[in-house]
Parts: sequence; structure tokens; C-alpha cells
Amino acid sequence: MSEQPNATAAPPKGKLALYWAASCGGCEIAVLAINEKILDVAALFDIVLWPVAVDAKVRDIENMPDGSIDVCLFNGAIRTSEQEYMAQLLRRKSKVLVAFGACSHEGGIPGLANANNRREIFQTAYHDTPSTDNRQGIEPQHETPVPEGTLHLPVFYDTVRTLDQTVPVDYYLPGCPPEADRIWDAVTAIVSGNLPPPGTVIGAETTVCHECKRTRSEKKIKKFYRTWQILPDSETCLLEQGLLCAGVATRAGCNARCPQVNSPCLGCYGPNTGVHDYGAKMMTALASVIDSNDPDEIENIVRDGVPDPMGSFYRFSMPAGQLRRSKLGNGKGAKA
Amino acid sequence: MSDTQFEPKIVGFLCRWCSYTGADLAGTSRIHYPPNVVPIRVMCSGRVDPAFVLFALANGADGVLIAGCHPGDCHYQEGNYKTMRRYPMLLKLLDQFGIERDRVRLEWISASEGDRFAAVVKELTEKVRELGPLNWQRNWEENGQRLEALEGIIREHEEAMEVPA
Repeated sequence: MSEQPNATAAPPKGKLALYWAASCGGCEIAVLAINEKILDVAALFDIVLWPVAVDAKVRDIENMPDGSIDVCLFNGAIRTSEQEYMAQLLRRKSKVLVAFGACSHEGGIPGLANANNRREIFQTAYHDTPSTDNRQGIEPQHETPVPEGTLHLPVFYDTVRTLDQTVPVDYYLPGCPPEADRIWDAVTAIVSGNLPPPGTVIGAETTVCHECKRTRSEKKIKKFYRTWQILPDSETCLLEQGLLCAGVATRAGCNARCPQVNSPCLGCYGPNTGVHDYGAKMMTALASVIDSNDPDEIENIVRDGVPDPMGSFYRFSMPAGQLRRSKLGNGKGAKA
Repeated sequence: MSDTQFEPKIVGFLCRWCSYTGADLAGTSRIHYPPNVVPIRVMCSGRVDPAFVLFALANGADGVLIAGCHPGDCHYQEGNYKTMRRYPMLLKLLDQFGIERDRVRLEWISASEGDRFAAVVKELTEKVRELGPLNWQRNWEENGQRLEALEGIIREHEEAMEVPA
């Protein structure tokens, strides 16, 4: 980033860091989705770490005094020792640590790996997939002796964790990825110092239904459908049409963009304020709208319509749920 | 309570109108039943969020009992029907997470069914005793490699050569 020009009344630039742990890279792109406002960010901050975009060195971060970084936007879940190390390092070196995006907030899609463990994942990835030809049975090792010394790779944990299960977190910016407007809201809040109490999710305090333009009446579902089974009409509430729309249990902030295009909400913004287990809340909301009081009929509706509760209800939030993961060595994973 | 035998810890969510009263009746009638259920009175079985059940299991409970009024008798008309609808989804979820279905039970127990309450508690306690302690947080422990790896990174960074700028 450009150096501060000499002798002006402009305040010194703050330090901004962005880091990615177990993530897909979408949050990095989302930061750029604020378009020309990125220039305002660049005017206010020196970016001291952003592996995807800026050639900064971890060594320089390690050498900074603690608390030198004003804001760190940390996306991705924690599932290797390197990611845990960086989370701890950036926590020490940052005044404000923001869990940016669904993965650091609640575990995200990588969190679904908590249906398995390291052994099962390695077995599938390095041996069992149809296109893998690994006759020597090679797997990544934490330590590999070579003539020059010992090479180290990060340790791959059994369990994916959220950022706040690893280090204390100041704020959360939910979403997969967070929408540009929400990112800009957070940046302005941080710059102006107009922040809610630490530990708060920076976002709306209502659900996606509030932002959705579809018509809602009474919900009475006799049958749940998978997304590919019906062509929904574009006016009526998707949940009323029998699709598993998670909007009813999901925090607002995205303008209900998925339901606008006939796609049921997947729940990527996580739970609303005060909810401590997203999946349980979604289950309970769905149960309320089932139109039956007969145990056998209910059993049928659930069996046919919700074949994979773990996948449907904990798609973005398994590590943040009460149970966090399936039983270790369970092996069944997501199979119902 | 024996020293050597495993004593299950079971959390019981009992509805104030029927089941909790039924439990009281078991007490006043001096019916003997195992002391393994910790009763929590809720106004209606419909108040029981699946998150309560999951919280209990994740935090030391070996089993959970949810007891409410018989269908049709709910003090709030529909509350127990909602419980009835949540239950199959919860059980399916427990299957996927690897928790035995027999650890979580939904029963309809009316205010006059003191003996039924005692029988349910006795049966559930024995069932959970057979299954053994759940000890759920053991699943969250990483193997020893984690601390070793973190210390290794710190050491590695300290020993790494400084490349001149």
C-alpha cells in the first residue's frame, strides 16, 4: 500500500489485516464487492496482511507489538494447527478481531466435515475416490524426514471449530458471504467507533421473512418437497409451498435474495439474536408448520420430506451447534 | 446409589399441568423409583426446544425424558402436538449424530398417572444404564498432536533463517 505522504494534517492510517482459514475464498471476493468503496478503505487503512491479494509476511506480523493491528477480518473455520496458530497470532496482534463470514461465525460448509473424522476423510480423499490411484498409500504426514532435515505440514484436526471456539472474538459479520452493504456497514461502524458491545453479531435482529417480498398466509404443510421436485410459483411463500426454506429461522441481511429467485433460503446468515443452536431452531420452526396431529402421518411426512436433518438444518452451523460434531468414529456421517 | 454401578444422569422436562403433577403423585403415593431423573418443570411440553435436549446431552446428561399431557388434553390445546411433530425429526438427527435413540424419550403422562411416571423413569434409567455413559464432550478432544503441532510452529518460526531484505 502507498506510504503516508509527508507533512499533512491527515490522521495516520489504521492497520487492517484479512486472513483466510478453512474457507472457499468467497469472503475475499466479497470484500471487493463493495466496488469503488474499496478506495475509501485503502485511504483509511494500510493492509498489513491479506494473503490472497497482498505480499505481506507472517514474520512481520509476529514482530509487531501486540494490538498493533486495528482491525482484523478473519474468515474461515479452524481445522488445522496452522489455522489455529494464525488465529492466536492475529488475536494477539489485533485490537478488533471480526469473525467474517459464515465459516468463522458458525463453521460454515467446512463444518459439515464434523460428520466424519480425520481418518475417514483421509481414507476417502487419498484412497477411496474412484479417480485416485495411490498404490503406495501415500498420505500427508505432519513430519517427513528428508536428507536436509524434517519437513512439517500442519496437523489436520478431527473436528472443525469456529473462530470463537479458538480465540475470543469481538464481532461477527454473518453470511456466506456477507453482503457488500453489510460489509460497508461494519467498516463504517468500526471507523466511526459506533460499535455495539463486544461479542455482538453486526447485523439485523430479525429473520429473512422480514425482507422477503413473497405473500405469506397460514402455513399448513402436508408434504415437504426437495428443491428439484416442484416448480414453485413466484408469489407465495416457499415454505408454504412445501420447500424447506430456512428463512424462517435465519438472520436477515441479504434482502432475501435466494427466495427472490425461487430458491429456498439455505440459512447462511446463521441464527437470529439469542438463538444458541441454529439447527434445533430450524427443526422446531418446521415442526410447527406440519399439518398433522397423527403420529404415523407425522412420521411419514418427516421421513419422506426431511431425509437428511443434519445436512438440511446444520448446513452452515454444525460446529456452533450444541453437539458440534457427530460421535467420533461414528462413520455414518450424514447418512440418514 | 452404588459405588461401582454407573448411575445415569437423566434430565426430565415435565409439563406443569399433567406430567409434573403426575410425578408429584408418584411421590405422595410413596412409589419407589430410581432417583436418576432431574425434573425440570415447563409450562407445556411444547416449550421444550430441541436445543434443550441437545444442550443436556452435550453437557453431561446421559438421557432426556420429555413428558406432557396426552394428545387432546393439552392445557394450551396444541402445545403437545407441536412436541409430537418435533420428536421424529429430533430422533432422526440423533441417529445421524450417533446418539442412541433410546436415550431420549417422549411420553404422555397425565396428572393421575403417578405409577406410570415411576414405571417410565424406572425403564428409562435401566435402558440408559445399559447403554452406558454418553460423556459427549469426549468427542471434542483432539488427539495429543495439537499442542505439539502449535509449539512446533512457534519453534520453527524462531529457528527459520532471516532472509535479507
